[in-house]
Amino acid sequence: MNPTICILRIEGTNCELETFLAFRRLGASAEIVHLKQLIGAVKERERRNLRDYDLLVIPGGFSSGDYIRAGAILAARINGALGEEIAAFIQNGNPILGICNGFQVLVEMGLLPGFGAHEEREMQQAALTTNDSARFECRPTLIKHENRGNCVFTQGIEKGCIMKMPCAHAEGKFFVDERKRERYIQLLEDNDQIVFRYVDSDGTYASYPWNPNGSLYNIAGICNPEGTILGLMPHPERAFYAFMDSEWSRRSRERGKEKGNAYGDGKKIFESVLNYLRSR
Amino acid sequence: MTIEVDVTIKLKHGVADPEGENTKKALNLLGFRTVRGVKSMKTFRIEVEPEKARGEEEVKKEVEEMCRKLLANPVIHDYEIHVVKSESR
Repeated sequence: MNPTICILRIEGTNCELETFLAFRRLGASAEIVHLKQLIGAVKERERRNLRDYDLLVIPGGFSSGDYIRAGAILAARINGALGEEIAAFIQNGNPILGICNGFQVLVEMGLLPGFGAHEEREMQQAALTTNDSARFECRPTLIKHENRGNCVFTQGIEKGCIMKMPCAHAEGKFFVDERKRERYIQLLEDNDQIVFRYVDSDGTYASYPWNPNGSLYNIAGICNPEGTILGLMPHPERAFYAFMDSEWSRRSRERGKEKGNAYGDGKKIFESVLNYLRSR
Repeated sequence: MTIEVDVTIKLKHGVADPEGENTKKALNLLGFRTVRGVKSMKTFRIEVEPEKARGEEEVKKEVEEMCRKLLANPVIHDYEIHVVKSESR
């Protein structure tokens, strides 16, 4: 079975093409789908049904201009118009990936961290709020894979593996209420929900600029307790090929004739989830 | 003939407000040395069409629903609702 991927787009998303190409280059059948096509506010031939897809991806960008809060409008629109379809989609064990703005949307939808029973997930349990620097942070980040095998997006990646991917966001600081902080971190650890944490070049958890936003517990990406929904701030689709890395030309000059790895670290995430979907 | 409601979204106590912090810094640098703190908040003025026999209280309830569904994230925000203009026919 060739997995079918739905890459959700609305006004303001801008990473859908790179995400689409990442999946296509790995042989999956991907499609960029506008939210209206799923809701049904289009001509019959443009109508799409979420049920026909194996994986939903909410790509990066600035959905609805990031007004109100990053991701808030798209989250409210999905919850309002597609709530039942999404719930059924998740119930069937279909994975959802949120990159950058997509992560913000998943948090705003209450799907991440997604503790507790379904009813409790209706409300936000966390926030991705303004970076400590109060700036748009656009830089390569190093993230350490921390998952013990729960997350279907990283099952092919070794635990402790340090990956390099660029981040580009102004609101990426993972935040929970101070009174709940200890309990939530414990829950995230116990449920194996922590997927990526920002580290420095030695692999130790470090503060700014290694942690670009001041994120709690250096969190860069988390999944739900079932491991099927992943949200992360850095962009794996911008690290698909090795040449997309900012240091690529210097590195290849230093390397001379010796051939390096043609692919970047981001590819592993797409590969892992496709392997999961193919083996299902 | 509309009811206008102001919704002010504030950051909860204990949530970092880098925008406010930086504004304070800038004001201090401009010579306003008496500025001790700046907090940023956001106000939406919402015009609501009044339906027949719908009082202010009901409109307020509806606006609260708006806050829950879209305008505020309870993890980081508090909100205040004020009816600013309520014209009766």
